[in-house]
Amino acid sequence: MNFELTEEQKMIANAAKEIAQDFPPEYWREKDEKGEFAEEFFKAIAKAGFFGIVIPEEYGGSGYGLTELLIAMEELAANGCGMGGIWYLMITEVFGGLSIVRHGTEFHKEKYLPKIASGEMEFCMALTEPDAGTNTLAIRTSAVKDGDEWVINGNKVWISGADRAKGMLIVARTTPLEKAPKRTFGISLFLADLPNKAVKINPIPKHAINYSKSCEVSFNNLRLPENSLIPPKDEGWYLLLDTLNPERMGFTTAAVGISRLAISKAVEYSKKRKVFADPIGSYQGLQFPIAEAYSTLECAKLMNFKAAWLFDNKASYREVGKYANMAKLVAVEAGIKAVYWAMQVFGGYGYAKEYDVERWWREINLIRLAPVTQQMALNYVAEHVLGMPKSYR
Amino acid sequence: MQLKEYLLSLKKESPNLKVDRGGGMKVFVLAKHAADPESEIKVSSDGKNVETSGLIFDINDWDRYAIEEGIRIKEKIGGEVVVVGVGKNCDDTLRKCLAMGADRAIKIPVDTNDAYQIAELIKKAIEKEKFDLIIAGYMSQDMNYSLVGALLAGMLNLPFATAVTSLKIDGGKVVAVRELEGGYKEEVELQIPCLITVQSGINEPRYVSVMGIKRARTKEIREVKLELPPSAVNILKIYPPPIKLAEILTGDASQIAAKIVEIVKSRGLI
Ligand SMILES: Cc1cc2nc3c(=O)[nH]c(=O)nc-3n(C[C@H](O)[C@H](O)[C@H](O)COP(=O)(O)OP(=O)(O)OC[C@H]3O[C@@H](n4cnc5c(N)ncnc54)[C@H](O)[C@@H]3O)c2cc1C
Repeated sequence: MNFELTEEQKMIANAAKEIAQDFPPEYWREKDEKGEFAEEFFKAIAKAGFFGIVIPEEYGGSGYGLTELLIAMEELAANGCGMGGIWYLMITEVFGGLSIVRHGTEFHKEKYLPKIASGEMEFCMALTEPDAGTNTLAIRTSAVKDGDEWVINGNKVWISGADRAKGMLIVARTTPLEKAPKRTFGISLFLADLPNKAVKINPIPKHAINYSKSCEVSFNNLRLPENSLIPPKDEGWYLLLDTLNPERMGFTTAAVGISRLAISKAVEYSKKRKVFADPIGSYQGLQFPIAEAYSTLECAKLMNFKAAWLFDNKASYREVGKYANMAKLVAVEAGIKAVYWAMQVFGGYGYAKEYDVERWWREINLIRLAPVTQQMALNYVAEHVLGMPKSYR
Repeated sequence: MQLKEYLLSLKKESPNLKVDRGGGMKVFVLAKHAADPESEIKVSSDGKNVETSGLIFDINDWDRYAIEEGIRIKEKIGGEVVVVGVGKNCDDTLRKCLAMGADRAIKIPVDTNDAYQIAELIKKAIEKEKFDLIIAGYMSQDMNYSLVGALLAGMLNLPFATAVTSLKIDGGKVVAVRELEGGYKEEVELQIPCLITVQSGINEPRYVSVMGIKRARTKEIREVKLELPPSAVNILKIYPPPIKLAEILTGDASQIAAKIVEIVKSRGLI
């Protein structure tokens, strides 16, 4: 067992840290407030090759793994960017890049990967539907073959980055649920180029992360060429798990990174702020919950690296899923606690935009709801790790 | 003797320095793995050194501009960029330069902060190499000497310019703009081979890229083992900076005002 980062992993962490320091909290405060895409940041990480971390060298990336991507994400988040350090990499490199690296055809790889690696092409993933969030397998968006084309119809919701993306991973049913021999059968993955007149996109005003839009999307006879399917047809669910597990891990990293950032600011403030005779940082009432959250996050981080290591070493999605879900469960609770107490340290100032912690509070609250809710992560552990009966139908 | 003739005569005196620009410029960049002045600095118990335990080391800020300038020259006209570091633990800085785009590195694993010794070591390590240009940072963020570049130029008999804020390669010459006091600038012309030290802001150093990190994996860091040359300087004592005291004045407005007047008077300001 070796817990040391390799020389190259340390360099990736440092490279991320240096970029993050040029995009401090006040940058994100303004972007979030104005609802503006963080163009300068996106360009900086693109130029430094961050969108190509998991993409093989022959397609213009650097051929590292998910582990290295998580290392980069954490340092970006922890050194000033908060969720901004995770988000764009998630929707373009994980949803687009990683899905194609793992399961795309040679045609897909050549078409998309070089552009994703260079940051030229933003991506998004259309999975969630108004009636299928937690119950993912209930999706109804359909893909029907017409001659040598696929015709897609249906509605999606919460699709992050769809307003700007030039590529979209669409999850659709090629066999309706009613006709499927089992619920996981009949789902297929497609890669679509955007914009397209048959795809209507409508941003949803939301609580935080307003430097990116999450959108309602509707497909009205979207025609895609035959080779837009990621084969095999009807078995896309198992392929998709190689995207959804890394997504979970990325958000565990978000919990760790955002918490490190909020805690470091709170610690700094707590050493200076005096209310009674001593600095507030000397009070155990503030120290203990932060120390506890921090320690839990460090444990979750190790578990997350274990999941990433399994993923990079091509373990089965089931094996990866166990650790990815357990890490996420713990990280989310601890992350919310960490930012809650960081805000407490700032007292009333914690409520002022100027101190940023209110934004990290809004940001971290996403991850108990998405990509997977805490309840579903618990369900997963109970059923797939402990072998208990499935508690829902 | 005119300065130009003098410089040309210097060149003749250094037979090892062969100008070879067939494949572009061969640029050597000096990069120091230096303590960050914002890290925790404590004077050691003998009073003559700084404790290294609390220090954070990274590439000297001026040297980031130096390596960037070297890489830009190579990207424009081709050639090779070689980065040189002194110190047993300077690998991180050398590797960072390789990841930014330098082709290879030379490491001299000797620890010293004495500018003369550093210049002497570098001279010994590179004197048998061919080069067109040596770029160093204007100064180091820890020791503040601004000496290594100038000393090395002297030891290698090279024409040099310090505090350079812009640089052009023009055939066999380097045209450099130097920073003077009070916002003035001076343009100088140096025959190649030569040495310059760059001022921060000469360019905007690139971020280390992930692809660069991968490529650096196969690049060479050659160690040149050398003895520590004698030093002419003996450090007697290190003085920590004076502690700046802040005082919060209490009392009602008139009491506070009276105290302020007292303090300002005691400093001889009124
Ligand atoms: C900002 C944001 C960005 C998003 N981006 C994307 C994106 O890019 N692409 C995409 O496809 N999706 C995206 N999503 C969607 C996200 O994945 C879903 O919102 C999430 O999966 C939850 O689904 P739901 O909202 O339909 O909740 P529901 O499924 O309606 O669940 C409601 C509540 O019921 C609970 N619940 C349901 N079933 C059970 C059970 N069996 N046991 C216990 N509790 C249960 C849930 O835990 C939850 O608390 C995004 C969401 C948000 C908020």
